[in-house]
Amino acid sequence: MTQAAALSVEGLGISLSGRQILKDVKFQVAPGEFCALIGANGSGKTTLLKAIVGLVKPDSGRITVDVDGSGGTSVGYVPQKISLDPHLPLRARDVVMLGLDGARLGLPLPSSARDARVEEMLQAVGAGDFAERRVGLLSGGQQQRILVAHALVRRPRLLLLDEPLASLDVRSVAEIVALLRRLSLQYGTAILLSAHDMNPLLPVMDRIVYLASCCAVSGKADEVVRTEVLSRLYGYHVDVVRVHGRVVVIAAHEPEEIRAALARDPVHTAEIP
Amino acid sequence: MFGSFMTNAWIVATMVAITAGIVGFFVVVRRAAFAAHVLPLGAFPGAAAASLLGVNELLGIIAFSALGVLGISQLQRWERREVATALWLAVALALGTLFLSMTRRYSQGVYALLFGEVFGIRSALIAPVAVLGAIAIAVTLLLYRPLLLDSLSPELGEAAGTGRGRIELAFLAVLALCTATALPVVGALMVFSLMVGPASAARFLTDRPLLALTLSVVLSLATVWSAIALSYLSNWPVGFFVGVLGGVSYAAGRLRHRGGPAHVR
Repeated sequence: MTQAAALSVEGLGISLSGRQILKDVKFQVAPGEFCALIGANGSGKTTLLKAIVGLVKPDSGRITVDVDGSGGTSVGYVPQKISLDPHLPLRARDVVMLGLDGARLGLPLPSSARDARVEEMLQAVGAGDFAERRVGLLSGGQQQRILVAHALVRRPRLLLLDEPLASLDVRSVAEIVALLRRLSLQYGTAILLSAHDMNPLLPVMDRIVYLASCCAVSGKADEVVRTEVLSRLYGYHVDVVRVHGRVVVIAAHEPEEIRAALARDPVHTAEIP
Repeated sequence: MFGSFMTNAWIVATMVAITAGIVGFFVVVRRAAFAAHVLPLGAFPGAAAASLLGVNELLGIIAFSALGVLGISQLQRWERREVATALWLAVALALGTLFLSMTRRYSQGVYALLFGEVFGIRSALIAPVAVLGAIAIAVTLLLYRPLLLDSLSPELGEAAGTGRGRIELAFLAVLALCTATALPVVGALMVFSLMVGPASAARFLTDRPLLALTLSVVLSLATVWSAIALSYLSNWPVGFFVGVLGGVSYAAGRLRHRGGPAHVR
């Protein structure tokens, strides 16, 4: 790779209150790449993202974010499960504005340059229709779009999203994934997005970082999303299958476990034909 | 009602209303109403201590407000926010009980500090109240955007570089300044209602943060001016009208905003 990586993580180790969360994590994300960060609950996805933003201090290793020289942070961040207070008198537009200058001191002075940039970002995430509405009263999918706009309005080279698909319905998930891919191409922003289910991301992701208790594995999506590779990572058999031209990952062990549970509990067996 | 002996009341009450309206906006959006209740009550023993030592009461109030800020923010490192706040109140009230037990000539002063003494304001109080209020307003407006971002989500604020806990500490300090400004005028019990009533009503009237802040000041001024006028005419305590009008403006805001976020907890 001749161009500097948007993000480079080397030998990263983090312990929180005496517990080793991450150990020797190593991967790179190229500029404009869509990278999925996959792992079970408690595997350290949130800690890794927080370390990249700078909210958690690593014990060892190095995190290098490609700074574009515009000053300030070059990382956009959408944290996990933010609940926006419906009593807060704040429009969706104000949240995007705060993404631009939220750390500045003093009252915001009128600025047509700022307004134009906020407006462009609102249009880019498809939030034109609800830009003037109170942000706490918007739907989950709409709030997620606004938080993406908040994180992207400073045009960072790298956008981190912590489980942005977790509480969304199937349709909103597909919309947000398509939106993120489009924004990534439009602005050349590298995306690192954490999820416990990789299926919705399979059509768009270039790269995958898999966090397991033993290690972190990174690779091109088509190298990792294979039956034998994923089965080894997950520690149980999974199938990578093609349905209607789409790739789907299915855990083969689940039906067995459920069958075993049902066999132990005959009452439930009777309820299921 | 506008005679010379009332001039001090109008001047000081106006300064207090503006300060409480601005600081109160952030009290409400940051869900810090409990801290806004505890800091004035916890500062009140400071006045008792000052009276025991024979120094200016305002100094005692400032000292205990500062202690409250440091105590609450330190306790917040170990405890949930409301537990930390309550623990400080327990300590402060214990000290207050002790100080009051040491003096017999204090009951009149205690009453004034709890419920305010707006008609008896000495001219000497105008300058300190103006300075403290101006500092509280200046710091709040300086931190307007970081406070707003932190109120939206502390995590987003931290990611933008506002610093973990720094905003909360700065806000508690502003709250303490507002307390010291308002306590001698409207009393420890009423500082709280002036910060919460108008601001909570203002949230219902608009979705624009800066306009909501302005409306909070307008409602606060309306509350205080009406309270003084009504108190003058009826001879009922100012504190009564401040509290009741705060409730009335909340109810009016709520009614105007029917169909709003009523379903949300």
